Amino acid sequence: MEAPYDKVLEVNELSVAFKHGQHETLAVDRVSFEIKKGETVALVGESGSGKSVTALSVLKLLPYPSAPHPPGTIHFKGQHLLHLPDAEIRHVRGNDITIIFQEPMTSLNPLHTIEKQIGEILLLHSGLTGQAARERTIELLSQVGIPDPQMRLKSYPHQLSGGQRQRVMIAMALANEPDLLIADEPTTALDVTVQAQILNLLKELQRRLGMAMLFITHDLGIVRKLADTVCVMKEGKIVETGPVERVFTAPVHPYTRALLAAEPKPDPAPVCAGAPVVIQTKDLKVWFPIKRGVMRRAVGYIKAVDGVSIEVRQGETLGIVGESGSGKTTLGLAILRLVSSDGPIVFLGSTIAGLTFRQMRPFRRHMQIVFQDPYGSLSPRMSVSDIIEEGLGVHAPNLSRAEREQRVIRALLDVGLDPNTRFRYPHEFSGGQRQRIAVARAIVLEPTFVVLDEPTSALDMLIQAQIVDLLRALQKRRNLTYMFISHDLRVVAALACRLLVMRHGKVVEEGPAAEVFARPKSPYTQALLAAAFNLETAPEDVVAQ
Amino acid sequence: MGLGVPPERHSLAMSPLNRRRWQSFKANRRGYWAFWIFAVLFVVSLFAEFIANDKPFFVRFDGRSYFPVFVTYPETAFGGEFETAADYRDPYLANLIAAKGGFMLWPPIRYSYNTHNLDLPTPAPSPPTWMLTEAQCKSVVEHKGLSGCSDLEYNWLGTDDQGRDVAARLIYGFRLSVLFGLALTIVSSVIGVAAGAVQGYFGGWTDLLFQRFIEIWTSIPSLYLLLIISSVLVPGFFVLLGILLLFSWVSLVGLVRAEFLRGRNFEYIQAARALGVSNRTIMFRHLLPNAMVATMTFLPFILSSSVMTLTALDFLGFGLPPGSPSLGEMLSQGKANIQAPWLGISGFLTVATMLSLLIFIGEAVRDAFDPRKTFG
Repeated sequence: MEAPYDKVLEVNELSVAFKHGQHETLAVDRVSFEIKKGETVALVGESGSGKSVTALSVLKLLPYPSAPHPPGTIHFKGQHLLHLPDAEIRHVRGNDITIIFQEPMTSLNPLHTIEKQIGEILLLHSGLTGQAARERTIELLSQVGIPDPQMRLKSYPHQLSGGQRQRVMIAMALANEPDLLIADEPTTALDVTVQAQILNLLKELQRRLGMAMLFITHDLGIVRKLADTVCVMKEGKIVETGPVERVFTAPVHPYTRALLAAEPKPDPAPVCAGAPVVIQTKDLKVWFPIKRGVMRRAVGYIKAVDGVSIEVRQGETLGIVGESGSGKTTLGLAILRLVSSDGPIVFLGSTIAGLTFRQMRPFRRHMQIVFQDPYGSLSPRMSVSDIIEEGLGVHAPNLSRAEREQRVIRALLDVGLDPNTRFRYPHEFSGGQRQRIAVARAIVLEPTFVVLDEPTSALDMLIQAQIVDLLRALQKRRNLTYMFISHDLRVVAALACRLLVMRHGKVVEEGPAAEVFARPKSPYTQALLAAAFNLETAPEDVVAQ
Repeated sequence: MGLGVPPERHSLAMSPLNRRRWQSFKANRRGYWAFWIFAVLFVVSLFAEFIANDKPFFVRFDGRSYFPVFVTYPETAFGGEFETAADYRDPYLANLIAAKGGFMLWPPIRYSYNTHNLDLPTPAPSPPTWMLTEAQCKSVVEHKGLSGCSDLEYNWLGTDDQGRDVAARLIYGFRLSVLFGLALTIVSSVIGVAAGAVQGYFGGWTDLLFQRFIEIWTSIPSLYLLLIISSVLVPGFFVLLGILLLFSWVSLVGLVRAEFLRGRNFEYIQAARALGVSNRTIMFRHLLPNAMVATMTFLPFILSSSVMTLTALDFLGFGLPPGSPSLGEMLSQGKANIQAPWLGISGFLTVATMLSLLIFIGEAVRDAFDPRKTFG
């Protein structure tokens, strides 16, 4: 960097307290850090650690006055931001400091074109209109790597992919060449390959424009790749600060060490034993018809799963990997006969394809599923005990109340939860605990085969590691067979002994996990691996934008 | 595991979600007070017979007890001459009872909704008794052998154009309106929720046909049709209920249908299906509670609009049969008798208070069920 390292942002003893009626919760507790020009500072921590709140308070974007800042100062280039009147802080927002949010789906207005949304920022802060604004917009869009920016001007957000939407968000953030860019988990909602592209883009833009960046993430891999300085946050406090190399090689605080230890590494994959086959499909197809016209005739098909043959053996784990939209979840649902499909499915020796819902019922005891989102998969209106018990009511109606309760207690103990909590409701549990409840619901029936549909992707790094450990322990203890669906290769690597890479509903590559990780054959698998483990982008055309 | 020691809870306790809703309902002071005021008014009006009646609720006569509110006694029971029902307001009967050392316990207002005051000081509609001048009272006072206006039997809010006590009619009218509203609301909610649930859960052709039917149905100008039907059928409480039901059940269908459509794809519904739980159980256990939130939110508003429709029909003269204590009829009398403002003003205040209370309650319920609403 050519410029001298002068401080862009200086946060000193910042606290944020939220008021709920009488209660006051301290979300951020005396946090201090500084960002120099051209530097990237990463705030790392699990959800609820106060990292996003810290970032939002820099721009005074919190709900005031219910969230006061007791002591503390925020200086931006010598200006005391917390004391600025609203009119002046608005000038700082979007002009000197800009912010990118996590969810590109909801941070763009679905009713306006890209041109209009970028144009609004240009008009507000630079007063550009008409042709000048349009030229600047095209320039920005090409800067963030959107192909055919001219054509894209009239597009609406829904016509863009997630990665492209995030690029548009970045273009909006860069419109006025800010001094500081705050990125609040900008890649969490994206696929690994797209994530790698976006991170590269941010890094590249930062170097070109010489801006400072405050990067908020829970992913240590990103921090190592991107940041100069890292602040580790826990329960509202910064527990460790330092240059990235130092923190990663010689962590001081026990929490940092735990975080680093939890980071999934490409372990040697488990070996597959030659056990009997539990479930088998041959040339399985799930085609959704596209219907048009008055007569609703099918004019074509969306081939969500297109001719997939799998074979899972007792006690082993089949990992299914692919980006979003690759059909991996649909495959899981089809195998459990929750969506209709074509092609034979053989489960424990019986053909279950074509059975009615009622005929399927006896098989359901042996095949269970754990969903991705522990917030959506538990009914908020039922207590934990009712949730876990529900399946017993269907499959073991003869059990007495006491026996049933015993089964629930045993399942809760198995997943490492206190059985005394069974009368509580899901919202009183953390994400990781909820996922344990979902696992308990599946295993209380003592199934043979469990489909795990991204069971860890909604969770924090530390919790992910715990859940993976739990799943591994359960598999060993109960000789369970898993089908593990994930976009995160690092998690799959820890569990799967066989691997299936899917793209556009088709199998791109399959084989023993160790072999696929060591010598990926197809370029797509290579790109996935590079993105997941090294955050490297693939050559053009191998993956989508 | 970041959570601390779990609070001890019994399996039968109110769910924390409902407790939170109750808390936030209470936090809305206006709605909370409106709820209690309305509840008290409604419960009190349920006992209207004990507040405003032309029969005493207890008579002690000749060593025996009588309960005229519940039992109709013939005049002969008290030593009268005819087998007709006893008219306790008649001085003749009062004298008979007093002569045997008996006594009567009267409600605070000695008129029922259909009692005609035969000793009006002025032509009906007669103003509230406390507004009368001594000159106006003179003839009645002399006729009854009293000393002045203040000794007359009070019509606190005056009488209507048939000499019936306005206060008594308001109490009965309030009760009838609320009961009618509640009945209409409950029946139309049950039908609406069932129709919405079926459409939302099964989707496809069922949904498509039902939706088109509802679109056509709702585009019928309902008030005119109601006027036509009620001029053909003899209107009564249940006939009116049926006629209004024809159109009011649709109001919840869209909402419940949308909730079911949305709920069908929740992961916990998928999870229940993966467990092999039957369709009916899923609908009742998992989907219906979701839809009930929207329904509960709308109930007070449906109630107030039901009351309003009934009042409107009564006002136009197509509502309840003549003689019924109806607020709409009171308003139309107020319109016809501009010189008697006590009719219009009392009617208006009653309807306005009732509807405002319902709306305040509705707002508070809506906010209490809103998961995003926080009080701080």
